[in-house]
Amino acid sequence: MSAQRSGIIPYPIARQPWGMLIPLFALVAFGAAVLYSAAGGSMQPYASSHVLRFGVALVIALVISALPRDFVRLMTYPAYVVVLLMLVAVEAMGALRGGSQRWLQLGPMVLQPSELMKPVIVVTLALFYSSLPNSMVTNWRALFVPGAMIVMPVGLVLMQPDLGTSLAIAFGGGVVMLLAGLPMRWFIGAGAAAAALAPLVFLFGLKEYQQRRVMTMFNPEEDALGAGYHITQSKIAIGSGGIFGKGFNNGSQSHLQYLPEPHTDFVFATMAEEWGLVGGLFVIAVFSVILRWGMGVARASRDRFASLIAAGMSATIFFYIAVNLMMVMGMAPVVGIPLPFMSHGGSSMLTNMICIGALMMVRRWNQNAPKGGLSGT
Amino acid sequence: MKSWFSSGGLTKRSQVVNAVTLKNTFDRRSVLIGSVQGGVAALLAVRMGYLAIAENERYRLESESNRVNLTLIPPRRGWILDRNGSPLASNRADFRVDVIPERLSEPDAMIEQIGSLLKLEPDRIADIKQEVAVSSGYQPVEVASRLNYEQFAALSVRLPDMQGVVPQRGFSRFYPIGPSVGHLIGYVGPANAEEYAEEDRNPLLVTPGYKIGKDGLEKQFEKELRGTPGARRVEVTASGRIIRDLETREDIQGDPIQLTIDGPLQDYASRRIGLESGSVVVMDCDTGDLLCMASMPSFDPNSFSDGIGSVEYAMLREDERVPLRNKVLQGLYPPGSTIKPMHCMSFLEAGIDPEESIICGGGRRIGNRFFRCHSNHGRVDMNKAIAQSCDSYFYHFAQQVGFDRVADMATRFGMGQQFPLPVGSQFYGTVPNPSWKEEKFGRKWEPYDTVNASIGQGYYLASPLQLAVQSARLATGNIINPRLIMDDTVSKPPSYNFGAQEIAYIRQAMSDVVNGAGTARRARLPIEGVELAGKTGTAQVVSLSVSDGRSGPWKYRDHGLFVFFAPFDKPKYAGAVVIEHGGGSGSAYPIARDVMTFLFDPQKGLDALRELEKQWGGTAQERLEKRYAAYAAERGATVTPPPRRDEDIFDQVEAEARLAAQQSEAIADDVIVPREDQTASGSPPPDATAIPGIVGARR
Repeated sequence: MSAQRSGIIPYPIARQPWGMLIPLFALVAFGAAVLYSAAGGSMQPYASSHVLRFGVALVIALVISALPRDFVRLMTYPAYVVVLLMLVAVEAMGALRGGSQRWLQLGPMVLQPSELMKPVIVVTLALFYSSLPNSMVTNWRALFVPGAMIVMPVGLVLMQPDLGTSLAIAFGGGVVMLLAGLPMRWFIGAGAAAAALAPLVFLFGLKEYQQRRVMTMFNPEEDALGAGYHITQSKIAIGSGGIFGKGFNNGSQSHLQYLPEPHTDFVFATMAEEWGLVGGLFVIAVFSVILRWGMGVARASRDRFASLIAAGMSATIFFYIAVNLMMVMGMAPVVGIPLPFMSHGGSSMLTNMICIGALMMVRRWNQNAPKGGLSGT
Repeated sequence: MKSWFSSGGLTKRSQVVNAVTLKNTFDRRSVLIGSVQGGVAALLAVRMGYLAIAENERYRLESESNRVNLTLIPPRRGWILDRNGSPLASNRADFRVDVIPERLSEPDAMIEQIGSLLKLEPDRIADIKQEVAVSSGYQPVEVASRLNYEQFAALSVRLPDMQGVVPQRGFSRFYPIGPSVGHLIGYVGPANAEEYAEEDRNPLLVTPGYKIGKDGLEKQFEKELRGTPGARRVEVTASGRIIRDLETREDIQGDPIQLTIDGPLQDYASRRIGLESGSVVVMDCDTGDLLCMASMPSFDPNSFSDGIGSVEYAMLREDERVPLRNKVLQGLYPPGSTIKPMHCMSFLEAGIDPEESIICGGGRRIGNRFFRCHSNHGRVDMNKAIAQSCDSYFYHFAQQVGFDRVADMATRFGMGQQFPLPVGSQFYGTVPNPSWKEEKFGRKWEPYDTVNASIGQGYYLASPLQLAVQSARLATGNIINPRLIMDDTVSKPPSYNFGAQEIAYIRQAMSDVVNGAGTARRARLPIEGVELAGKTGTAQVVSLSVSDGRSGPWKYRDHGLFVFFAPFDKPKYAGAVVIEHGGGSGSAYPIARDVMTFLFDPQKGLDALRELEKQWGGTAQERLEKRYAAYAAERGATVTPPPRRDEDIFDQVEAEARLAAQQSEAIADDVIVPREDQTASGSPPPDATAIPGIVGARR
C-alpha cells in the first residue's frame, strides 16, 4: 500500500497483489522445472507449453480483474445459461457420436465447458444470494433455486462421466451457500444424509472401476498391479524421495515410467521424488499463501456479492489442491484432478487462473470501494 | 465470536436476518473454512513427512526393486556323454519364443499372430492355444524354439505391441541320435506347478525357456546336470524395456554325465531292430558296463523337448508297439528257452553228470502225464539239450532236482531282481517256485508247473536287462552287476565258484547253438576268430487254440528271444535281444548277430544295416518323421490332447506295461506246448534278405 504513494513504481503495477503473485510465479516456475524433468530433461513437450499457457492465462486473469462490478452482475446469468447449454451440447454430441465427450470444438479452440462451469457457478450463486432479500436467506426458496442451479450442471458433468469435475462444481457451489448464511442445520442434515446415502451411491451409483478406486484407497498394496498401482507407485515416489529428494532429473519412478501420469495428476509425486520433503513443504506453503490471500480478499470485502465470489473462488482452488494432494499421498481415491499451477494441462490452468483473476477483480473492487461505508446492494 | 453469543442470546430462535447478521455469519464461517484449509494443509504436510521420513527406507527399497530387475540366466545343462566322450545329449544355441499366459490380453489372437509371423503349422498353433488356456499364469509356454535369425528379428521388431511375448537367445537340448536314446536318456521340458512347488518356488524353474529333466537319465541326474544360474541386473522401465545393464554374473554349466553306453552301438542296435518292437542289451563281461540299452520303437526326445504335440502323442499312444515304453526295463516276457543254459548250471551244481542222457520221444512222461517237446530229439545229453533246445531234458531234470533248486539258481543269476542302476523304474519279473505260487494264488505247485517253468514258460517273467545280466554271469561265472555311469567304482566282481570245466561245458554248448548243430546256426558271426555263443527262445503268449504264434494278429504272435556272449571261449561281451511278438527266436538272433558284428567290425555291420534300411524305408528317425507326417495328414484334426503333466504320460505307460506283462500269465495254468524255434521267422523284417549279404561276406 505504501508503494501506492511512493510514485517510483507506476500505480497499475504497484497496486497488484504481489504478496500472492510472486509465490505464484515461483510455483509455476517450479512446476516448469518438474515438468522439464518429467519429460526426461527437456523443455519439450511439457515445460515450455506450461509456461506459455500460464502466460496466456495470466493475461486472461488480468483482463478479468479489470471487469467492472456492474458488468459482471449483468453478464452472470446469461453466462450461466450459455455454459449450461454448452454442457448439454457436449452431451448431445457425445450421444450422436456414440461415445463420451468432454469438450467442444469451436473453430481453432477446444473448450471444456465443465471447466468453465466451476467459476461460473460460484459467481452465479454469489449473485443469487446477494440479490436475495436478507430475510429470505433462511427460507426454503434460498435453498431450492440454487440447489437446482448446482444440480443441473453437476448432473450433466456426471453423465460425461467426470466425477472429479462434478464434485468440484458441487463443492464450489456448496461453499458459497454455506457462506451466504443458510441455516447450519441444513448443512448438518445434508452431511448426515450424504453419509447415509454414500454406501448406496457406492454400491449402485458408481461404475465398477470407480468402486475399485475407492476400495484400493484403503488397501492399495492388495492389488499392486491393478487399480492400486497408481497409488502404490505414487507413494513409493514420495516416500523414496526422503527429506531432500533424489536430486533434479534423478527420479527413477518418473523417468522409468513406474509413476503413472508423471506430468499431470501425479506431478506432485514426480516433484517429491526429486525434491523430497523440502520441495513438498514449499509447494504446500505456496498454496497456503495463495488461499490465505484469497480468503483475506473475501473477508476484506464489504460487498456481499464480491465476498461470496472471492470465497467461492478460493474454495474451488482449494478443492483442486486438497483432492490432488490427498490422492497422490494415498488418502483419497484416484479421481483424476490435476494440481493447480503445476500439472501440465490447459484446462486446469485456465480454470485456476480465472479464479485468480476473479479474486484480483474483487480485490480491485475492494480498493475502489469507499472505506468503512456500508455498501449493501 | 461475540456475535455468536449475541445471536444465541436472543430469546426467540426465529432469527432476525439482516445485512449485519449475514456479515457476521460470513465472517464466522469463512474463519471456519480457513481453519479447515489450514487443517488440511497441516494434515498433508504431516502425511508427507510420514511418507518421506518414517517410511523412507521401505519406499526407497521398493523404488530400487522397481528400477532394478534381476533376470536369471538359465545355466547351460551338462552334457550326457557316451563312454568315448561323444555327446548323447548336448546343447545348441538358438533363438526361441515363449509366452507368459497371464500377460496376454487376448491369448488366441496373439498366438495366431505369432503363428502367422513364424509360419507355424495349424496343429501346433492349436496345441499352444490349448496349453495357454489351461496353464497357470506364471508358467511360460513355449511357442517355438530353434528359430533362425530372420524369424527372431521379425518377431523382435513387433515386440512393443506384444505384451507377454518373450523372445530370447538361449540354448536348447539336442540329442544327436534322437529316437535311439529316447527311452534311455529321456527328455527335458518346462517345470510344472508341482515341481515348482517342490523346489520351494525356485524362480529358475519359471524362467522362460528353462527346462528340467522329465524322464530317463535327464530326470535321474537333474541335480548334476543343472548347473548354477547366472544373473543379470538391469535397469528396466515399467513396461519391461531394458535401459542399461548394471552387472552380470555368468552361469556355470552343469556337470557332464559320462555313460558306459557306446553311442554308435546304441544307435546301430536301435536302427537294427527295424520295423520290429523290441530291445537289445549289450554288456561288458569284465566291468558290467552297459554298452547298449536299445528299446524300439521310440519317441524323438528332440521333439518331446519342444513340448509333446497332440498329434505326435496320439500317434505314439495308438501304436500297439508302445513307443513310449522302455522295453529294456519295463518289458517283461516269458524268457522261454533262453534260460535253459542257466538251468543246466543248476543241474550241474546239483551233481547231474552232463553226459547223463534221456530219451526224448517227442516229449516225456512226468509223473502220470506225457508232456510234449517241440520235436523228437532221440537220445539227448546236456550239450544236445542246449544246442537243440530239447524240452524233454529239462522236464526230466527239473523234476529230478526239484524246481526250488532251479529257481534259487535263477534268483542268484539276477532273475526277479533289480539292479543298482540310476533309472526311474525297473520291473522285477517273476521266478516262480512252489512257495511263491502258494502265496500268490493259494494253489499247490503241480508237476506241470515244473514242466512249464523248466523251459521258461508259465509264470516265469524276465526283462531284457535281466536276460543280458544272466547271460554275462553265466558266461563268466562271476556275479556281474550292470553299470550305466562311468566312474571309478569298478571292482573285480565276486565269483560263483563254479568249476572251470562246468563253465567251459556250458560255453561250448551255447557255442554249438550257433556254430554247431544248434538252433541258431545263422547267427554265426561273419568275423574270423570270433565265435558267438547263445541260446534261442520262443515265448508263447496265448494258447495254441488262439494262435499258432507266427501268423494272425500281431499281439498273439510269439516273442522272439536270444541271449548271447562272445567270444565264446573268452567272453568279453554278453547281451540279450527280445523281439516282442516277432513270431519266434528267428526274429531275434539275426539282430544279435548284426549287433555283435558291428561291435567287432563296424563297417561290416553297417553294410548289412544299410541293405535292410533300404527295404524298411530309411533310418528309424526318418521313418518316424514319415509316419508322423502321414498320421498328421490323416488324423491331425481329431486327436485328443496329451495329459497336462508329462509324469501322467509315463505313469500310464508304466501301468500298462505291468498289465502287458500279465498277458502270458493267463496261459500259465495250462501246459505249454513248446514250439519249434529252429527256423527264422517269416515275420518282418524278412531276414532272409539279410542273409545273402552276410553269407556273401562269409564266403
